[in-house]
Amino acid sequence: MIADAFLIVTLLAAATVRGAAPLILAALGGLFAERSGVVDIGLEGKMLTAAFAAAATAAVTGSVWAGLAAGIAASVLFALMHGFACVTHHGNQVVSGMALNITVSGLTVVLGYAWFREGGQTPLLAPGARFGPVDLPGASALAPLPVIGSIYREVISGHNLLVYVAAAAVPIVAWLVYRTRFGLRLRAVGESPGAVDTAGVSVAATRYMALVGSGILCGLAGAYLSTAHHASFIRDMSAGKGYLALAALIFGQWRPLPTLGACLLFAFADAVQLRLQGTPLPLVGVVPVQLIQAIPYVLTVCLLAGVVGRAVAPRAIGVPYVKER
Amino acid sequence: MSLSPTRVRLDWVVPVLLPVVNLAVALLLSAVVVVLIGESPGRALRTLASGAFGDAESVGYTLYYATNFVFTGLAVAVAFHGGLFNIGAEGQAYIGGLCVALLCLGVGSWPTVLVVAVAIVIAAVGGAAWAFVPAWLQAHRGSHVVITTIMFNFIASSLMTYLLVNVLIKPGQQSPETREFEPSTWLPQLHDVVRWLGWEIGRSPLNLAFVFSLIAGLLVWFYLWHTRWGYELRAFGHNATAAVYAGISPASTVVTAMAISGALAGLMSLNEVMGVQHRLLLNMPGGAGFVGIAVALMGRNHPVGIVVAAILFGALYQGGSELSFDMPKLTRDMVVVIQGLIILVCGALEHALRSPVEALLRRPARAE
Repeated sequence: MIADAFLIVTLLAAATVRGAAPLILAALGGLFAERSGVVDIGLEGKMLTAAFAAAATAAVTGSVWAGLAAGIAASVLFALMHGFACVTHHGNQVVSGMALNITVSGLTVVLGYAWFREGGQTPLLAPGARFGPVDLPGASALAPLPVIGSIYREVISGHNLLVYVAAAAVPIVAWLVYRTRFGLRLRAVGESPGAVDTAGVSVAATRYMALVGSGILCGLAGAYLSTAHHASFIRDMSAGKGYLALAALIFGQWRPLPTLGACLLFAFADAVQLRLQGTPLPLVGVVPVQLIQAIPYVLTVCLLAGVVGRAVAPRAIGVPYVKER
Repeated sequence: MSLSPTRVRLDWVVPVLLPVVNLAVALLLSAVVVVLIGESPGRALRTLASGAFGDAESVGYTLYYATNFVFTGLAVAVAFHGGLFNIGAEGQAYIGGLCVALLCLGVGSWPTVLVVAVAIVIAAVGGAAWAFVPAWLQAHRGSHVVITTIMFNFIASSLMTYLLVNVLIKPGQQSPETREFEPSTWLPQLHDVVRWLGWEIGRSPLNLAFVFSLIAGLLVWFYLWHTRWGYELRAFGHNATAAVYAGISPASTVVTAMAISGALAGLMSLNEVMGVQHRLLLNMPGGAGFVGIAVALMGRNHPVGIVVAAILFGALYQGGSELSFDMPKLTRDMVVVIQGLIILVCGALEHALRSPVEALLRRPARAE
């Protein structure tokens, strides 16, 4: 009985880690953009573009690295288009993000259908053309140990490379944002672009750099979906994960560590939901899966409403910076 | 020989010429995509046009799609006038549809006129209620309506999936949808009306809701430009600070605008639920809430422009279904690409195109 419960908890934890990885990558991407004062609703679209470009390239070349590079390049390209519309031409950031999301949701299917003739999917990737599980050193050596062994083997080791990239991205992004000159400028541009401009730092250049950062991280998130988690691109495979990442970013109050926590929480809810699927729980009975699916969104609304904590956005978010009228 | 340069009147540029230029640029970008996959853009456009307007039946389908888009376009536009971005029309329409479906399932043998009248009210109330919470939160707790309406779309979707799968599903059936409503609750379709008058036209889902959508457009126009509340809304949208100094309450303006916006989105379900499907299906709005964004931007938030843009999008959706039959390499998702590009060009790149167009028109005047 206890062994069963332990196994379930371990499997849930492993599923949480796998589900959280793309959310973490995309949310940290959004963190760059939003801390620089640019609303990034386009996380969803950038992930989807990258997922398609990565799977398509990996399928054609047979190389997972070429796929990853293509995914990042495609995602950065869309980030730059967002910058062109919002930073260079002072366009509405939400409108631009929605435009990219909608364009991409159609474009990936149109191109996939025309190029691969499999109804909008890309061909199934061979094991060499996708990110396989990585066994961390000592996984087999620690295996005989009773509790630690299986936790290490199931939860920590044995994921694909991009999961570890996502884990490493949290401290790296935190260091970049809080400990470097670029990070200081990034945060300043998001709070008071006028002051940064007066100090002789280009607001536009800083925001473009932030958007490229967002593009790279969303590219990793997209490649994770199609070349690590799945073995092909499927239409609309981001399935709202970009919006969920945005919710996690807000829930994490635009800070790296709390955002990581929010991503883990949302991924855990999803793992529980997949695990339950109609199994009755003690005391409460059958919990509808849709209720669990809605939890992240309800929580985010509650946070925004100030019911739990308070989310304070970067002050200049959503406002195009116009140097002089 | 006058020394001062002739002044060209440019009033017509922004409302008339600019949307045309925007559409042309968006179609040009789409043509690049079509060329990229090795098809002829000219042929694709012809297929689209003949699929949308080729015969009475296609026109009927085009206007049926347009009905949804007029409602959601008006919904997004009303919010835009108040400086608010309602991304939640999708969820609001879904909840409106739930209310209409519950009504139609519940009424036994009410006369059709009464059912329709109550349905109009209840669809609007449902949509408005779903928009009210994000609006209230923005007005009183400062949480941004863009994010909360996105969240409410997902919450609506989860709620409706739950209700359709577990509660409202017709017993003994696999697919999650309600039973068919009594025929007394159906909105009359155009081909039936025409046959009753003694003529015969092709069957299409075009129904009375199209007329309702035009009336809604007229009412929105009256509200925005001929009532005090419309004036307050527009003033608030232009300059919130000035509006507050003028004694306009920001909280009530935000809540009113979003409630009206949600009500318009909810009314979309009249067309879909009562006019065509006669039951409630999973994913009833089918993306119309997002098309509304494109329609509002392209119609420059004016009801006349919105009706024109909605018919254009109706034509794209109807013609798009023909595309996949005629051109094996293209799918109807091409329409979604065009929709996204129109939002990009008309919305996000609005300023990028406006100044060059105006400069181009001024130049000949200076040369004289």
